Amino acid sequence: MNKIKYMFVVAGAALSVSAQAQLRVEISGVGSNQIPVAVATFVNEGQAPAQISEIIKADLQRSGAFKIIDAGTVTDMNNIDYGAWKSRGADAVVIGTVSPAGNGAFDVRYRLMSTIQSSKLSQLDQQAPAQYGRLAAHRIADDVYEKLTGVKGAFSTRIAYVTQQGRSYRLEVADADGEGVQLALSSNEPIISPSWSPDGTKVAYVSFEQKKPVVYVQNLITRQRTVIANEKGSNSAPAWSPDGSKVAVALSKTGNTQVYIANADGSGIRRISNSTGIDTEPQFSADGQYIYFTSDRSGGPQIYRMSVNGGDAQRVTFGGPYNISPRISSDGKTLAYISRRDGGAFQLYVLDLETRQEQRLSDTTSDESPSFAPNGKYILYATESGRRKSLAVVSVDGRVKQRLTIQAGNIKEPTWGPFMK
Amino acid sequence: MQNAKNIAFLIASAALLAACSTPVKVTEPAPVVESKPATPPAADTRAVAPVETKSIDPLDDPKGVLANRSVYFDFDSYVVRQDGQSVVQNHSAYLAKNQRQILIQGNTDERGGAEYNLALGQKRAEAVRKSMAALGVPEGRMEAVSLGKEKPKAEGHNEEAWSQNRRADIVYK
Repeated sequence: MNKIKYMFVVAGAALSVSAQAQLRVEISGVGSNQIPVAVATFVNEGQAPAQISEIIKADLQRSGAFKIIDAGTVTDMNNIDYGAWKSRGADAVVIGTVSPAGNGAFDVRYRLMSTIQSSKLSQLDQQAPAQYGRLAAHRIADDVYEKLTGVKGAFSTRIAYVTQQGRSYRLEVADADGEGVQLALSSNEPIISPSWSPDGTKVAYVSFEQKKPVVYVQNLITRQRTVIANEKGSNSAPAWSPDGSKVAVALSKTGNTQVYIANADGSGIRRISNSTGIDTEPQFSADGQYIYFTSDRSGGPQIYRMSVNGGDAQRVTFGGPYNISPRISSDGKTLAYISRRDGGAFQLYVLDLETRQEQRLSDTTSDESPSFAPNGKYILYATESGRRKSLAVVSVDGRVKQRLTIQAGNIKEPTWGPFMK
Repeated sequence: MQNAKNIAFLIASAALLAACSTPVKVTEPAPVVESKPATPPAADTRAVAPVETKSIDPLDDPKGVLANRSVYFDFDSYVVRQDGQSVVQNHSAYLAKNQRQILIQGNTDERGGAEYNLALGQKRAEAVRKSMAALGVPEGRMEAVSLGKEKPKAEGHNEEAWSQNRRADIVYK
């Protein structure tokens, strides 16, 4: 299995932080709003296969929201010297223990201590099967992130993407940090447009294995694959409704590509858009009442919005002649998309749907396929570096940037999965 | 003796024909089972092994006009060019005489998003489909689909490669 390599870049000078072999972190002064947090080595964490505290540190560091203070091991969880930690600059201290729980599982206990309030802010006791040691660490990082920033953490979520090496295409699922890669589908034909079901157990995608694009839904747990759209012509661009009951697709069966909505099993398909040109890339709004989509009805491609029942569409994007691939943040306030402006580069943009403020978030030239982290704070997208396709993550304010590459071949069509139970 | 010579000649011709009919159809998998010409047992000099020849399907003639199955398009264009008209006409004429099914696969160059390019490739496939329909090919025997930018014929990142990839291919099922 290919290892994904993460590289983190934050504008400015670089300071290298020690990490595992495949992980390189470059980070610099993000600014005054980084929260200083000390992360202690968990007591007996060497007994578990996953290095709990290292994973927590890497997650928090990658978020750009924290300044990590190394803390050694804190053995006495009940007697925290708040003053000492405060004098070392830490607003909070992450401490914990690991102990075997039988059958290869581990009890992982974590406490988040506030040096400002001189009290415990949070705690979490988990029993982790051996293979989910990393997950236990990501969940602790999620809790730290949420308690200290007020926003739910997304470190324990997963991503899906497609790798390509020659004629070998693989749909893979990995943890949000690129670790724990699992193969979902391998094919000798292209796979594009993976889309997570809201419960994170299924992925819809377009496969070309029948010499044409056909939309499938694959249950990741049972491997069951269901063809949900295989009409005459091309079938593509699946997107789930927020409640998981419907899938929007783009079909060309009338001779031009139009937007349809089907039940999640492919039944009850009905046409939603009605133009003489291209309508594609449907995305449900956060409340499930609207469809954002790409249309060339005004000439070049622009993003529009219409009711899930069809009818008139309102144009949403006006900057530049080419705006495609709409994605909506989970709070419904921000639109991410790919725009081509003067100079011909395809770049990631965000639009605040209330203020109409538009911002470019990348300085690369071949960006594609944006998707929001489920907490709305980061955008994962495909880009290119040195002619190889790679993935990148940027914070919605554009300040924190990360890049994922694999050792050989291309990695593309990324999509960030939902929060999971 | 004369017979044996003839048989040898016929076998050689059959082999040659077989060689001639090696697939033009790039997308078709190679046949798994190949029939070998039967050779008479060496002891029986009076045996006759029959050989059957078939007329060549013009579709399988690598030097014939039907070997050209690609229609190229200009940048940002979805109209069949003059140089593509003959390709469309030749295959339409063949389909008028032969009950075959075709896929028309539209393609784009690598620039831009995968899904929007899929829709643009569809427009190219539909342009070829409409041209063939106008020449009398029944709709039920054609399917216009798109591969978007996913299966480039030319791998380069310049106009030369891109012009090769702005294309629709006629694929016989």
